[in-house]
Amino acid sequence: METTASTTMSQVTTPLTQFQSPGALFIRRFRKEKTAMFGLVTIIVFVLLALMAPVIAPYDPIEQNIPASLAPPSPEHWLGADKLGRDILSRMLYGARISLATGLGVVLIASVLGTLVGLLAGYVGGWWDEALMRVTDIFFAFPSLILAMAIAGALGPSLQNALIAVAVVTWPIYARLTRGQVLILRNKEFVQAARAVGAGHVQILLRHLLPNTLSPLLVQMSFDMGTTILAVAGLSFIGFGAQPPTPEWGVMISEGRNFITTHWWLTFFPAMAMLFAVSGFNLAGDGLRDVLDPRLRR
Amino acid sequence: MARFIVRRFGGLIFVLIGVSVLTFFLAQVVPVDPAATALGSNAREEQIEAYRQQMGLDKPAVVQYANYVARLFHGDLGKSIRTRRAVLADLRDYLPATIELALVAMLVTVLVGTPLGIIAALNRNSFLDAAARSLALIGSAMPIFYVGLVLLGIFYRQLQWFPGPGRLDATLTPPRHITGLYTVDSLLTGNWQTLRNALGHLILPAITLGFYSTASLLRMTRSSILEMLGHDYVRTARAKGLAERVVIGRHVFKNALPPILTIIGILFGSLLSGAVLTETIFNWPGIGRYATTSVTTLDYPAVMGVTLVAAFIYPLVNTLVDIAYSFIDPRVRVN
Repeated sequence: METTASTTMSQVTTPLTQFQSPGALFIRRFRKEKTAMFGLVTIIVFVLLALMAPVIAPYDPIEQNIPASLAPPSPEHWLGADKLGRDILSRMLYGARISLATGLGVVLIASVLGTLVGLLAGYVGGWWDEALMRVTDIFFAFPSLILAMAIAGALGPSLQNALIAVAVVTWPIYARLTRGQVLILRNKEFVQAARAVGAGHVQILLRHLLPNTLSPLLVQMSFDMGTTILAVAGLSFIGFGAQPPTPEWGVMISEGRNFITTHWWLTFFPAMAMLFAVSGFNLAGDGLRDVLDPRLRR
Repeated sequence: MARFIVRRFGGLIFVLIGVSVLTFFLAQVVPVDPAATALGSNAREEQIEAYRQQMGLDKPAVVQYANYVARLFHGDLGKSIRTRRAVLADLRDYLPATIELALVAMLVTVLVGTPLGIIAALNRNSFLDAAARSLALIGSAMPIFYVGLVLLGIFYRQLQWFPGPGRLDATLTPPRHITGLYTVDSLLTGNWQTLRNALGHLILPAITLGFYSTASLLRMTRSSILEMLGHDYVRTARAKGLAERVVIGRHVFKNALPPILTIIGILFGSLLSGAVLTETIFNWPGIGRYATTSVTTLDYPAVMGVTLVAAFIYPLVNTLVDIAYSFIDPRVRVN
């Protein structure tokens, strides 16, 4: 009986003595997710490589060096050289800058736009909600790559326009997510309390509702980084995104497509870079979701 | 039930109106004069002007849009600048190729994704589970255009186990058009050589197209089965001495099926409208390839037509899945 009592006491007192802030608790839980940590480390490595590309890239990514044309991996060119003798490693490092920057650009544009629409639809409700959600339905219906192609075609093929095109097809998911959260939260006590003490609509939206909708948005942003890297590379591969000689991963695979069986390194390394970068974001997204919403833990 | 179906189709019509507005707007933004493009580079200025008036291109955008919608109601999607044919006639030729490819890709997805998902769930945290999860991870992160290029390079160029790009060898003539699906048409007309060849041409692009959806289905099946395994009724079934085969087959899988069916429906819609990259690599004459060529040549009547049709397919498949689902699970109708 005594043992039971002491166990119960320790169970009660442990959480109190080991109180942690939500941030610290989040980090502790996230660190326990091994695959998520692997994803996070992968992302950090890619970010560092991208940032340091001008310093660590052994060659200029664009300058041609015909004598080294199609050189296999060697001490001079660690990952080989392409048809124009350009160093694959250098192009991949610069490619990481492009892929991460476009991914971030798309996710930022889409999440800000989508969140604003979702906040407005969920908070105001009524006809506004109905109209805004029908607009998101329209964007959902579009086959994303075809719409992105049509936009890139209309604006002219370039990396910037591919970024806009992918952002246009990505924002509705944020609108739906945010609206769903706001519908749950808008009648909660803390919102009513804020209203009771005279907080304005903008203050309620930005200071009380927005911070509480962020968890699913963060998870979605992590997944969308990966999806965007693939989408932009896909657009570049078929000629609607980055244009040669830009060292973008999709462009590199497109340029090496005729050498896939004879000079595998032209396409293999950019594809692997994409596989690892996208996996990194997907694994980190999985981990974030598990930590932020333990009900979904598998 | 009737009200539910009417409501779902009502939403679909609204989406289609929105899609038509958006595609029309896009066509207005293109920095190309459609009249000059339609008549070619040798056309004189007065000819271009006359064509513009004849086609109503000199009218305000709102009037042009109203005319466009009126034509749509008569099944007129416009005339392609590149092929000089009605866009609808073009799509009638290209759509069956995409449907055939998506159906076989779906078959690959279901045959590979479902069993692997079940095996992974039943052997949770084992080597098999880790292998299946790794496959799912690779499937969702690998650029499918690279997968397609590798498959073509190894199995067509090097090993020559499968025929190359396109739907049929150049030496063969397509079967008589009945459904537009070469495999079905050659089967119906008893043309075995064409059937064999068409099937051979389908395998590599179908694996490529199904790569991503196989990964999604594997993950979904695994998590759905795992969720069911944790329920009390499974423990009860085991406690009363039922064989594991019966517990899994009759209790777990049956209850895990609805979300798996839903994701299959959603994936099929995305396969139909998302075959752009696969069709480009395998030179597959489907709507994805048609869309790519049309955008490249700034053939915007064709782009508008193909976007409208593709945008129709995805919500249509989803609506049909919802309706089918509502027959299985009455709670969907109520909600």
